[in-house]
Amino acid sequence: MCLAIPGKVAELYEAGGVSMARVDFGGIAREACMVYLPDARPGEYVLVHAGFAITRLDEEEARRTLADLEALAELAPEE
Amino acid sequence: MKYVDEFRNRTLARKLLAEIRRTVTRPWVIMEVCGGQTHSIVKYGIDQLLPPEVELVHGPGCPVCVTALESIDRAHSLARRPGVIFCSFGDMLRVPGSDGDLFRIKAQGGDVRVVYSPLDCLKVARANPAKQVVFFAIGFETTAPANAMSVWQARAEGLANYSILVSHVTVPPAMTAILESPGNRVRAFLGAGHVCAVMGWEEYEPLAARYRVPIVVTGFEPADLLEGILMAVRQLESGRSVVENQYGRAVLREGNPDARRMIARVFEPCDRAWRGIGVIPGSGYQLREEFAAFDAARVFDLAGIISHEPEACISGLVLQGARRPLDCPAFGTSCTPETPLGATMVSAEGACAAYYNYGRRR
Amino acid sequence: MTDFTLSCPLPITERKTVVLGHGSGGKLSARLIREVFLPAFDNPLLNRLDDQAVLQAGAARIAFTTDSFVVTPLFFPGGDIGKLAVHGTVNDLAMSGAAPLALSAAFILEEGFPMEELARIVASMAEAARAAGVPIVTGDTKVVPRGAADGIFITTSGVGLVPAGVNISASLARPGDKILLSGSIADHGMAVMSKREGLEFEGDIQSDTAALHRLVAEMVAAGEIHALRDPTRGGLGATLVEIATTAAIGVEAESAAIPVREPVRAACELLGLDPLFVANEGKLAAFVAPESAARILEAMRANPLGRDAVLIGEAVESHPGMVLLKTEIGGTRVVDLPFGEQLPRIC
Repeated sequence: MCLAIPGKVAELYEAGGVSMARVDFGGIAREACMVYLPDARPGEYVLVHAGFAITRLDEEEARRTLADLEALAELAPEE
Repeated sequence: MKYVDEFRNRTLARKLLAEIRRTVTRPWVIMEVCGGQTHSIVKYGIDQLLPPEVELVHGPGCPVCVTALESIDRAHSLARRPGVIFCSFGDMLRVPGSDGDLFRIKAQGGDVRVVYSPLDCLKVARANPAKQVVFFAIGFETTAPANAMSVWQARAEGLANYSILVSHVTVPPAMTAILESPGNRVRAFLGAGHVCAVMGWEEYEPLAARYRVPIVVTGFEPADLLEGILMAVRQLESGRSVVENQYGRAVLREGNPDARRMIARVFEPCDRAWRGIGVIPGSGYQLREEFAAFDAARVFDLAGIISHEPEACISGLVLQGARRPLDCPAFGTSCTPETPLGATMVSAEGACAAYYNYGRRR
Repeated sequence: MTDFTLSCPLPITERKTVVLGHGSGGKLSARLIREVFLPAFDNPLLNRLDDQAVLQAGAARIAFTTDSFVVTPLFFPGGDIGKLAVHGTVNDLAMSGAAPLALSAAFILEEGFPMEELARIVASMAEAARAAGVPIVTGDTKVVPRGAADGIFITTSGVGLVPAGVNISASLARPGDKILLSGSIADHGMAVMSKREGLEFEGDIQSDTAALHRLVAEMVAAGEIHALRDPTRGGLGATLVEIATTAAIGVEAESAAIPVREPVRAACELLGLDPLFVANEGKLAAFVAPESAARILEAMRANPLGRDAVLIGEAVESHPGMVLLKTEIGGTRVVDLPFGEQLPRIC
């Protein structure tokens, strides 16, 4: 469960007193509520679930994970 | 797509599989709790690619499947009422209650609408002041912040025609119930990545310690799942049992504190019945007293609804990982996605549906 | 009928009313056709369940087809219901290799439907017909009271001539055939979805609605084609399953080979939809003789409507009726007809 997909914060705005953003998901854009990530800035990546940004995506961490996996690949024998 | 494609890479997946194969020396049973992970596992064929020693068992991580029959019947009762606009995530439309499903109710004239976010329901409520708008608030902790905010915002605006029918369920009590059940075979868990993005993983540490089970918070793409499985297998092989985080790019130990605060502000824990399993104490959320005006269970008269389950359905056992879909005599015969007997066959996340749709027939 | 041995109150098997899923091109639709329409109308041509019927009239073979259009919204990025109607019927004819001759158009209009919108739709149909070189030669109009129809319903029928020596039908697909796809999938369905209430999103997603008859003619000239189908409702997935079932062959395809445009993929991810089952309106899948495959692919790519054509798989002898998809990470997945309408999901 919990389909949440990564998107890039394009533009922050307020609607009815609520903090919102236009988020770009690889070519399509949708509004998302930003109340749970008050410090998010345009250009940052966030995970959006049910119309709400629930967490930031950490570029460094993503890189590290991929690097770990790549490194692993070097140790494991090719099939 | 950034943060998605890189984790679907075939080479990485194949090599993770090789590493798992090299690491494992004896059989282990690992459970993934989250339905989204089940879906991904079956969609990419991951469980078929794993070495036979690693047995993946699917847990009750599909909020659609575990929503109590009584809740579904209440939802259906509301959807049938003239003057009510019943809003729901698409997932719930085909879940069978005691008599029909939301799709059928819509065909018979009920105003049933699919929404992507509870905030969309507020729009519907504003646009239809003469109607009562009810949102079916199901889901794990991941969806609770959204549902909480919809109520918070409705109150702030003084919306008088919006309410939510709450059927939230939470993960840690469910995991505890599984670990406590006699005959439990699960030795490690893949933690639900997006639930933990909200809640963090602090509350899983006591579980790992008390029951001596590794718990690896895991993402949803093939590389995430395989890495999570590898990390679990490594712990199992070395006799460790701690909480680890595979999904570092999205999950912090404390989760999202703002979201957690809002959940605690609007909801409180309660006992919750899980379809096919029974009541798990403290495993649900309900709206706090001060938000009674937005609680559909209190706003509407929902007494006198009688619920009954079909006997052949073993969804409950499947949800606990005690049976596989293929063990069920009804699977693929009297129970198919077209003619579901239980929720695990209806929901795209349900183990039975996943097995059926991705071709795991007898 | 499934075998229930318990007196369970759960309904489902016997539907007393038509539900939306019956129109979605998936299992429910197939069931409705199989259980209600086929037994009643029963004849060899109909029973083949191709997109069109080919009738022998003296020496000529006439392709005949009909289709209804009930899409909402009526206007969507890249097209409208009118354009869809013309292209859809031209394509149904083209899938038998026929050169379309003429179309009919029948309108059911709801009382109160704005005249200006009707004019726009009709103008769009005229333009599409002109561009395709296929005239609309006859028609009908009915008006029903407010509430009895959703704005406008259009039914188009079409006739065409199948050239001598051309034999294209789903049942003619055979093991060894290469499967070619003319371009990216899911564009149309997601363009329409982007305007659906509650699910709106912005993005560069346009319906791919297009008339494919000229592309087909070029393909036929380039090599030996056994089966053609345009994957409309139910998407490419449904099309592959239907052909596999009708021809009693197995299909093996490569998920990574199937092109999906970036924004379309993102939209599918967002709503939890599988592009494989999302509608297309300007694409075709072809089962071709293996020795012709390279030439036909080249001919496709030379046409703007086939610019992104690719080889996606092949027909095999094993597992007849079953479609196997190799996943991105090398696993295998069985593709089956979706039950009804694919619904956006959150879980």
